[in-house]
Amino acid sequence: MLLLQVDTALIIEKLILITVILMGSLGIAMYATWAERKVSAIMQDRVGPNRAGPFGILLPLADGLKLFFKEEIIPDRSTRLIFILGPCLAMLTATMTSAVVPWGPDFTLASGHIVSLQVADINIGILFVFGVVSLGVYGVMLGGWASNNKFSLLSSIRAASQAISYELAMGISLIALLMMTGSLSLREIVAQQHGFWSDGYFSWNFFKQPVGFVIFFTCACAELSRAPFDLPECDSELNMGYHQEYSSMKLGFYLFAEYINMFVSSAIMITLFFGGYNFPFMDKVAAGVNPILFTAICVIVLLTKVVCMILFFMFIRWTLPRFRYDQLMKLGWRSLIPLALINMLITGAVILWCVKK
Amino acid sequence: MDIYDMLFWILSAIAVSCALGVILSRNPVTSVMFLILTFFAISGHYILMNAQFLAIVNIIVYAGAIMVLFLFVIMLMNLNADVEPQKGQLVQLAGVISGGVLFLVVLAAIKTAAPQPIEKTSTDIGLITNLGKVLFTKYVLPFEISSVLFLSAMIGAVVIGKKEEIPNIQRGE
Repeated sequence: MLLLQVDTALIIEKLILITVILMGSLGIAMYATWAERKVSAIMQDRVGPNRAGPFGILLPLADGLKLFFKEEIIPDRSTRLIFILGPCLAMLTATMTSAVVPWGPDFTLASGHIVSLQVADINIGILFVFGVVSLGVYGVMLGGWASNNKFSLLSSIRAASQAISYELAMGISLIALLMMTGSLSLREIVAQQHGFWSDGYFSWNFFKQPVGFVIFFTCACAELSRAPFDLPECDSELNMGYHQEYSSMKLGFYLFAEYINMFVSSAIMITLFFGGYNFPFMDKVAAGVNPILFTAICVIVLLTKVVCMILFFMFIRWTLPRFRYDQLMKLGWRSLIPLALINMLITGAVILWCVKK
Repeated sequence: MDIYDMLFWILSAIAVSCALGVILSRNPVTSVMFLILTFFAISGHYILMNAQFLAIVNIIVYAGAIMVLFLFVIMLMNLNADVEPQKGQLVQLAGVISGGVLFLVVLAAIKTAAPQPIEKTSTDIGLITNLGKVLFTKYVLPFEISSVLFLSAMIGAVVIGKKEEIPNIQRGE
């Protein structure tokens, strides 16, 4: 069997990495649900969760336990298989994107083996992210349709049209960035943003493409269906939205997938615009400490940035009121797409005429 | 048989069986999902041919956008197996005959065509840099013309979908 020629050491290494990333994103998503409630409480001058453990720190565990022990109801007139498939797809697409994020720089083991903290360095990394994001809508759509409930169906249709509309602006805003980096590989994009300052200007892409970031961030909010764009689950109009008929852990999967999505999309945005694991004076730090410690520092820096981004998402959610549906569509098609196109044209012109090769 | 061949046969089996699932399943939503799986299998073939860009664009455009619109329309139409009108015997017979004739023609065409084996992974035209360079130098004219074609289709859709001016009778003008 030639199958055995596959490098088993590599597979084991990647399996460990995948497990760590998966567990990490589940853990962060768990505590994001806690943080969301705590942040909203602080912003509204309340105490927030404080019963389970100190500062309510055990709340996510209690939540999970509760969801597992709830009775599971599958509606009588639902399409059973697709009803079960819905939350599975939502969870699958949420966790898949983390495969292409470089979580830290490579480091060399004592045996001379180079370990990469990225599951897959594919040369179309960012397109892979887009592919997975565009599939993410199936979980919501199929679940909403299969529940055989008017509110669920309306909500899933809203979710789908919102996702499709904002994917366009997101893609165009990214084209401007990709014209500057000249590469689709996330590893390459992070490497280009090394340090903080190079050639007399900031090296992070945010300072080169601020408009692009604003558009990308807005679209990410809409893709995640977070407030102010949480029309698919807007409780004043649709009861609970597409997960109306779901109970027990299936409901938990939907709610949880949203937080995993938030974590992964924050990581992607940090990677694209805020230099990934790069930080100021990193060369001096790298010269001073042992390489494995340096990698650990880089990972911590990346996670800190990601947590800041997640907090920013939460501040927005608890500050802005919800859009109306026609306002949402108008913003997407009439403001963001033209803005992204203009941004792209200007970037192209600047690269063509002003940047000396 | 190396790993390339194995993957090829597995992907082909998935693609063909899912394509059969598209036409054999009664529920239109199931059909759509089989079609999505078929696209995935085809993308797998693209990756085997080292055309990663094509593979991912196939998923983004077809599986991610076009099939979502398909699903959208099917959900809004609320098709059920028992409400769907059954075709008459004559129509079924006509379908069988025309399908058989098409099959015959395709079979005849394939029989005379010289088989051209695809080179395994030695070509890297499918990588994004090479593909971009070819599209914007050698094939720039057909590429631009096809984009004009899409633009005209888009404008056509807008014209058809535009609201008709309804004369305001109530105002009595």
